[in-house]
Amino acid sequence: MLSIKNLSVHYGGIHALHGISLDVPAGQIVTLIGANGAGKSTTLNSIMGLVKADGGSVSWNGQEILGAKTKTIVESGIVLVPEGRRVFPNLSIDENLTLGAYARHNKAEIEADREHVFSLFPRLKERHKQKAGTLSGGEQQMLAVGRALMSKPKVLMMDEPSLGLAPLIVGMIFDIIRKINEEGVTVLLVEQNAKAALEVANTGYVMETGSISFSGSGKELLADDRVRKAYLGEM
Amino acid sequence: MNTLLTQNDTQRRDRMLTLGAAVIGLGLLFAFDSMFDRFTMQIFKLCAINVILALSLNLINGFTGLFSLGHAGFMAVGAYTCAILSMSPEQKEANFVLQPIMPVLLNVQMPFLPSLLIGGLLAGFIGWVLGVVTLRLRDDYLAIATLGFSEIIRVVLTNAQTITNGSLGLKGLPRFTTMWWAWGSAIVITLFLVLLIKSTYGRAFKSIRDNEIAAEAMGIDVLNMKVLSFTISSALAGIAGGLLAHYLTTIDPKQFIFLKTFDILLIVVLGGIGSITGSIVSAIVVTVLMEALRFLDGPLNLGFMVTNGIPGLRMVFFSALLMIVVIFRQQGLMGTAEFSWNSLARIGLLPKRGQKSGKGVE
Ligand SMILES: Nc1ncnc2c1ncn2[C@@H]1O[C@H](COP(=O)(O)OP(=O)(O)O)[C@@H](O)[C@H]1O
Ligand SMILES: [Mg+2]
Repeated sequence: MLSIKNLSVHYGGIHALHGISLDVPAGQIVTLIGANGAGKSTTLNSIMGLVKADGGSVSWNGQEILGAKTKTIVESGIVLVPEGRRVFPNLSIDENLTLGAYARHNKAEIEADREHVFSLFPRLKERHKQKAGTLSGGEQQMLAVGRALMSKPKVLMMDEPSLGLAPLIVGMIFDIIRKINEEGVTVLLVEQNAKAALEVANTGYVMETGSISFSGSGKELLADDRVRKAYLGEM
Repeated sequence: MNTLLTQNDTQRRDRMLTLGAAVIGLGLLFAFDSMFDRFTMQIFKLCAINVILALSLNLINGFTGLFSLGHAGFMAVGAYTCAILSMSPEQKEANFVLQPIMPVLLNVQMPFLPSLLIGGLLAGFIGWVLGVVTLRLRDDYLAIATLGFSEIIRVVLTNAQTITNGSLGLKGLPRFTTMWWAWGSAIVITLFLVLLIKSTYGRAFKSIRDNEIAAEAMGIDVLNMKVLSFTISSALAGIAGGLLAHYLTTIDPKQFIFLKTFDILLIVVLGGIGSITGSIVSAIVVTVLMEALRFLDGPLNLGFMVTNGIPGLRMVFFSALLMIVVIFRQQGLMGTAEFSWNSLARIGLLPKRGQKSGKGVE
């Protein structure tokens, strides 16, 4: 289980996270929803060690990982699909995937995982020598997810995977999230597409300006008036 | 089964072709050695030195995506170190007429190889210090810091009279840089860089260039990788500087003004930022053109008028070429593509892979 307590982050004078707490139980899909600028990306980035937190704790199966190097965190089984489809555009799909396994060394296992990623995303296999920059937006997002899977994660964190994608592609991405979770990977999903996220999630947290306002099961939140009003665009 | 066989065939073909090309290359070098006059030979040597300079600048600017403008400075460090370490005490005494050389430096004399390597190491060490200090900051600081560094080096060389002989420079260096040294170094360094770029490190460099945030999220230690790439690049520039010193046999601080860096940058941009093949081809073509177009700087008879020599017209030509490339073919000659025997096969100069045993895999 990944357990975040009182996590606090400043960017210079901006207090981006005011001591937030959330739990991500093993095997679940947990989603963090909230408006633009609420602090969702900051949460994921500080768990990953990409942004320096100034207080709190992130415990991963009982181990404190706050302040650890990103490589150590990746090796321990947590990985992030960053916001905005950040593939390596001038590198081939193969090279992108190989870089996902940067923290690993067992060649045979890495190749087995590459085949597994290709079985999840057959489109990538067809084009494995093509430069990532030539893929469509949806394909790039799939590559970003596949690249993250190459680190053999126990927890997959995704930062707005549906951002800017056509509805059909968004549906495919959410199917894949469900499938990856069924294979035993815990998922922490950040989304602005609250409806789709709450539908796949076991648990949801609602974030507003650097704090968690409330939480509940995916079903509860979908039915919650506050959520319906603010995030589902209903009256 | 079929495809496996085909792949093995292709691999064997490529290995034979590479071996053949290597033998022909060495044969040509040997032939050149006896065939051509000294002037032509000098240009061939300069081609090799420029290949090293272009490749080393491309490593940091093209493959790692950082902008370094300090190559002239690192060359100067390598050139002076190599020259001072390898000159005989008598040569040094004959050079240092204004003030005698520091006693510790007077009596050191080493063979060419260790002098060259120490020059490279010292340039690499300075690159490492500069990298550790500036690469923590925003990327653009590297361009500013390296440009400043290369000018500072020049000022230091001009004023460190008892070490460098100041603005008088060093004359009568042994002519160590033979064709074999020049091209031997160029080939060894090319092979090293090809292996480096294909290694985990090289892949990390390219990923940082493409998307630093994603690279970091994969667990790549971005700062350390940048410093590593910059250190290697600086060290190779130092080695090229040593080769250049013993090619010219005369060095002085003015040779290492920052415009020297722009000459190399021109080669890299024309060849393709991020292509080893491009840098090699471009280094050779530009070096030869620089010599071939020397007449442009002299008096010209244009048929309808005669100019009496416009110095710098040659550089106007190269600047225009650079502008044309930037406007019409930004990726340069090769983009980020590399030469492979397969690419020859694709354009029909070699039999296509897999023809013998039916269709290939793709
Ligand atoms: N690198 C940064 N420097 C300064 N402020 C930042 C930085 N990244 C995010 N912020 C600020 O922190 C707050 C939270 O941002 P973020 O975590 O990106 O929100 P979200 O992902 O929920 O849209 C915002 O006010 C944003 O402007
Ligand atoms: Mg965000």
